[in-house]
Amino acid sequence: MRLPVQLILGAVLFAVFLGAALLSLVWTPHEVTTLNIPAKLSPPGGAYLLGTDHLGRDMLSMLMAGARTSIAVALVAVGIGIVLGVPLGLAAAANRGTLLDEIIMRGNDLVFAFPSLVIAILITAVFGPSALNAILAIGIFNVPVFARVARGAALSIWQQEFILAARVAGKHRALISLEHILPNIANLLVVQGTIQFSLGILAEAGLSYVGLGAQPPTPSWGRMLADAQTFFYGYPRLAILPGLAIVLTVLGLNLMGDGLRDMLDPRLRRSVR
Amino acid sequence: MIHYAATRLLSLTLSLIAASAVIFAVVEVIPGDPAAFMLGMNASEDTVAALRESLGLTGSLFQRYLAWVSGMLVGDFGISYTYRVPVADLIAARLWVSVPLALYALVLSTVLALPVGMLAAARRGRLTDYGIMGVTQLGIAVPNFWFAMLLVVLLAITWPFFPAGGFPGWDDGAWKAIKALTLPAVALALPQASILARVMRSALIETLHQDYIRTARAKGLTEGQAIRNHGMRNAMIPVLTIIGLQFSFLLAGAIIIEKVFFLPGLGLLIFQGITQRDLIVVESVVMLLVFAVILVTFLVDLAYAAVDPRLRHSR
Repeated sequence: MRLPVQLILGAVLFAVFLGAALLSLVWTPHEVTTLNIPAKLSPPGGAYLLGTDHLGRDMLSMLMAGARTSIAVALVAVGIGIVLGVPLGLAAAANRGTLLDEIIMRGNDLVFAFPSLVIAILITAVFGPSALNAILAIGIFNVPVFARVARGAALSIWQQEFILAARVAGKHRALISLEHILPNIANLLVVQGTIQFSLGILAEAGLSYVGLGAQPPTPSWGRMLADAQTFFYGYPRLAILPGLAIVLTVLGLNLMGDGLRDMLDPRLRRSVR
Repeated sequence: MIHYAATRLLSLTLSLIAASAVIFAVVEVIPGDPAAFMLGMNASEDTVAALRESLGLTGSLFQRYLAWVSGMLVGDFGISYTYRVPVADLIAARLWVSVPLALYALVLSTVLALPVGMLAAARRGRLTDYGIMGVTQLGIAVPNFWFAMLLVVLLAITWPFFPAGGFPGWDDGAWKAIKALTLPAVALALPQASILARVMRSALIETLHQDYIRTARAKGLTEGQAIRNHGMRNAMIPVLTIIGLQFSFLLAGAIIIEKVFFLPGLGLLIFQGITQRDLIVVESVVMLLVFAVILVTFLVDLAYAAVDPRLRHSR
C-alpha cells in the first residue's frame, strides 16, 4: 500500500515536536527553570540559540519542555476519552433502542453542552488551576466525542451478517462488541484520536494562556504566549516562536489524521471533518 | 412540525435541569463560607448568620438549588460576594460585549466560508481547490488567540484604524464599538471559517454525486442551476450542524480572545470571579454559557427539520 503524502508530511512534522518533547525529559540546552536576569531578552544566537525571554530563560529549552506539557496533556486527555467513551458507545450500540442506549446518549448530550473551557473553569473554581485540570477538562470533553463515534460506527457493523452469525451461535453481546465490533471500528477511532489530539493541543494552549492550565514554573506554550504579550511590540520573537510551535504541531497531527483516514478507510476519502 | 418542536422543547428543558444540577453540585463541593468571606475575620457570629440568611445560604441543599434555579428564571442571579451588586447587572453589562463579539464572528465566518467552500467544490481537483484546502488546513491549526496577537501587531500598530484593545461601550456610538470588536471578531472567525469552508466543500461535492442532481441535469438544468435548486438545500444540513456547534465554540473562544484585547466581557468577569472566589458569579456565567449551547443545539434541530422534512418524523 502506498502511504499518503499527507501522512508522511504530518508524521515528520509531529515527530520533530515529539522528539523535542522526549529529549527534554533528559536534556535541554539550558535549565528551564533557571533565571538569568542579566541575559534577559537576549537576541537569538550565541549561547542561546533562540534567545531568552523576559526572565532570561532559554527560549529553545522552554519550547522543548512546552512541547512535553502540550503533548502529555493532549495525549492523556485522548486516553481518557477513549477509555471512558468507547465502552459507553459500544454498550449503547449493543443495546440499541433500549433505556440504556437512551441514558448513555442523553448523558452524552449533557456533557457535550459543556465546552472544555467551561469544564476547566468549573474545575479550577473548585480545585485551583493546574495542568491536571486541563487534562481533566479536555478529557471529559473527549468522552462524548468518542462515545458518539464508537456508537455510530458500531451500529453499522451490527447490521452485518458475520455479527448475525455470532449472535446465532449464542455469543454474548458484550463479547461480540469486544471481539468483532471493536477491531472493525478501530480505524475510525484512530482517526478520531488524531483529531482530538490536535484539538487537545489547541485547547491546552488556550487554557494555559488564560491561566487555567499549567502553572509556573511548568513551561507551556500557552503560558509563554501570555508572558510574551507585554513584550510583544519590542520582542515579537517571544510570541511568534511558541505560536509557530503550536501551529506546526497541530498541522502535523491534522495532516496525519487526514492521511490515516485516506489510508484506513477509502470510503471516507471525499468527506472532510 | 409542532409535535417535533414540542419533543425537542421537552428535551431542552430536561437538559437544562440536568446541567443546572451538575453546576450547582460542583460549586457546592467547594469548602468555605461566602458570608464569612465577605465580612472578614472580625465579624461576629450573629452578623455572619444574618448575612448567610439574606444570601439564601441556609436551608437544605435541595431548597437552595430550587431557590437558585427559580431566581434565575426571573432574572435574579443573586448578589455578587465581592461587588455586592446583583450578579444579573454584572452579567448584563458584559453580555453587551461578548454576545455581539460572538455573533459578529459567526457572521464573518459564515459569509467568508460558504462562498469559499462553494468555489472549492466547483473547482474541485484544480489549483484553486488545492489552494483553498491548503489555506484552510493552516487556518484550522492556528490558535485564535495567537492570531489575535499577530493581528494587533501587524494591523493595529502599523495601521491604527482598528484599536488594539479596550472597548468604548455602545453609548459612544455603535460605529466605535463595532470598530473595537472587529479585530477580535476576525481573529475568532478565521479558524472557524476554515472548518466551515471545508465542510461546505465536502457537503456540496457529496451532493453532486446524487441521483437527483443527475436527474436535474437530464431535465436540462445547468450544473449551476442544479446545485442552486437541489444541491444547496441538501448540503446545508451538515453545514448547519457545524454553524450551530461553532456558536458555542465562539462564545467560549470569545472568553479567551477578550483577554488579548482587554475587552470587558464575560471572560474578564469569570476570571475575576475565580481569582476573587466570587463563586456565585462563576456559577451564573457558567450556567449562562451552557444555556447558550443547549439553546443553540435546540434551534439547530428546528432548523434541520425546516430544511429536511424527513427529520420531523424520524425521531
